Amino acid sequence: MSIETAAEIPVERIVDPDGSVVGDDDVGLSDDGKRELLRQMIRCRRLDRECWALQRQGELTVYPPFEGQEAAQVGSASALGPEDFVFPSFRELAAAVVRGVDVVEYLEYHRGTWHGGPYDPIASRFAPICVPVGTQIVHAVGWALGAKLDATGACSLAYFGDGSASEGDFHEAANMAAVFVAPAILFCQNNGWAISVPASEQYAAPIAARAAGYGFPGARVDGNDVLAVYAVTKAAAERARSGEGPTLIEAMTYRIGAHSTADDDSRYRAGPEVDAWRERDPIARYRTYLLDRGLLDETSMTAFDDEAEAWVAGIRSELTSLGPPPAAEMFDHAFSEPPATLERQRHERIGDGDA
Amino acid sequence: MPDVTMVGALNTALRDAMRADPRTLVFGEDVGALGGVFRVTEGLQDEFGTERVFNTPIAEAGIAGICVGLAMAEWRPVAEMQFDGFSYPALDQVISHIAKYRERTRGRVPMPVVIRIPSFGGIKGKEHHGESPETYYAHTAGLKVVVPSSPLDAYRLLRRSIEDPDPVIFLEPKSRYWSKEDGELSTDGPGIGSARIVREGGACVLITFGAMVGRCLEAASALAEEGIECAVLDLRSLVPLDVDAIAEQVRSTGRAVVVHEAPLTLGMGAEVVARIVEEAFDHLEAPVLRVTGPDVPYPPAALEQHYLPSVERIAKAARAVVAY
Repeated sequence: MSIETAAEIPVERIVDPDGSVVGDDDVGLSDDGKRELLRQMIRCRRLDRECWALQRQGELTVYPPFEGQEAAQVGSASALGPEDFVFPSFRELAAAVVRGVDVVEYLEYHRGTWHGGPYDPIASRFAPICVPVGTQIVHAVGWALGAKLDATGACSLAYFGDGSASEGDFHEAANMAAVFVAPAILFCQNNGWAISVPASEQYAAPIAARAAGYGFPGARVDGNDVLAVYAVTKAAAERARSGEGPTLIEAMTYRIGAHSTADDDSRYRAGPEVDAWRERDPIARYRTYLLDRGLLDETSMTAFDDEAEAWVAGIRSELTSLGPPPAAEMFDHAFSEPPATLERQRHERIGDGDA
Repeated sequence: MPDVTMVGALNTALRDAMRADPRTLVFGEDVGALGGVFRVTEGLQDEFGTERVFNTPIAEAGIAGICVGLAMAEWRPVAEMQFDGFSYPALDQVISHIAKYRERTRGRVPMPVVIRIPSFGGIKGKEHHGESPETYYAHTAGLKVVVPSSPLDAYRLLRRSIEDPDPVIFLEPKSRYWSKEDGELSTDGPGIGSARIVREGGACVLITFGAMVGRCLEAASALAEEGIECAVLDLRSLVPLDVDAIAEQVRSTGRAVVVHEAPLTLGMGAEVVARIVEEAFDHLEAPVLRVTGPDVPYPPAALEQHYLPSVERIAKAARAVVAY
């Protein structure tokens, strides 16, 4: 008898880092649909860099950048239907953009004017930003169970990182999703680093391999290949809709920036590693692919850049004009009707006014 | 209606709530065919099916966590934690999410969630089966915390909790599960946020909740034979706390004893005494005393009667307060 560890899982890929096609690029998207993925990645990167700058200028408190992860987020979020529900962690601004979340309201979270993000989670099918690591995966399973009971045909998708997958909540969510045959997609963005702890100190077998232990499929996908991410997520969503239950997707990507604006990544990783990942940039590769296929010309590329610039300028202007909410609002939402004991505390601080 | 036990009243409350609102779900460990280890969910799966009444894996964080997603999908989850001591893995989901969701979404996403937890001691249980977790929850802003003391009130409070738009931690005193009460099950009467006087008396007020209401009533009866008439105030609702009712009793008697099972330090008694000092200091004729569990982990079965407030300790404290 021999005891063997889990085998490596192949990485699904359609477009190589050099832009050449190595898989079936007919993922069910029109030419416009394929161009839209590039447009979204370009504007999201522009927005991400703006947010870093806004933090340095004192307009945001702390900001967690996602540069390098544009394909993982744009590809997966684009594969969902309008009724599907996303449960993000805190680095999924690109996914929020794709889902149509009000970006200024989203960024109020990082501006420190409200927790969670005051966008409407129900209308935008995008749950509040979730910082307690991995806890949102369970919420996604609960929502999926509810959708299943209502037979809506919608599915949920939870974003989490390689670090989150070490949390007990990941396990409880995965096991419950399997037992309840919940229409949920567990989408891990494996960006190589849990703040300063590398993947090698976080787990000893591919995260995607765990799916077999729960009894549902798991796939590893090149997280910097937007077409492959789109295709894998779409397949998982279709599986969920047809009542077959959850899927675990592990998108292999890389966090080019620091964990957050408060982090100094030079203390734990070397420049060459980051440079090597820059060579696998999701936007450059996909642009090459579109150009090679004749789906893109220089004019539309310039148009994408210009549009992103104008869009981000509008966001900056709107965001930086936002002041703090009235202090009274702190007391307004904790309960449906503030208890007498809380009303008194409110009165002691701000009287009857809105302060 | 003939005598009903607290288990029976809770079971009927769940049944009536599920009949009244088809969005109500009941789930937890062993709540299906078994009917829960205390039989509170007995027969519910037969009536409402496995979609609305279902077992979960043994995963308390998961049980609390799916409440969030289910509430977002506009279901009304009523989750059961099997025992007080097993509810702690769920604290992160309760504190970080269930309690905060309404606030952090500016009221856009309410959490009409009930988490039932068989709690407190007095049943000669194994360790981790006699915990008093009320202050963990009461100190978490955004939660309501209620503790029934009798079958009829258990029915009323559970129905009100399930109808409540806010998350409610529903702590069931295990040692009163098999107590009986005669009367009609009804939602009429005091709601969440209201205390109730269960015995009138002018010499002193015993302020308590849960299983200790019964002990305070016993103590009050014994004291009455000595000519000391004590009122007994059942708090019922720890959050929101009925500060007005507490203050009113202290103003009329000038003397109070607070009784609970949980350890002394930073227990509910600390909060109640602080409120008395703030609201009715000028009316106090004596220091307020606390009769509680000591600051030690809940002891083994052989010692639990030394831990729990006894009728004798309660009566002794009341006598001291009255004689002051």
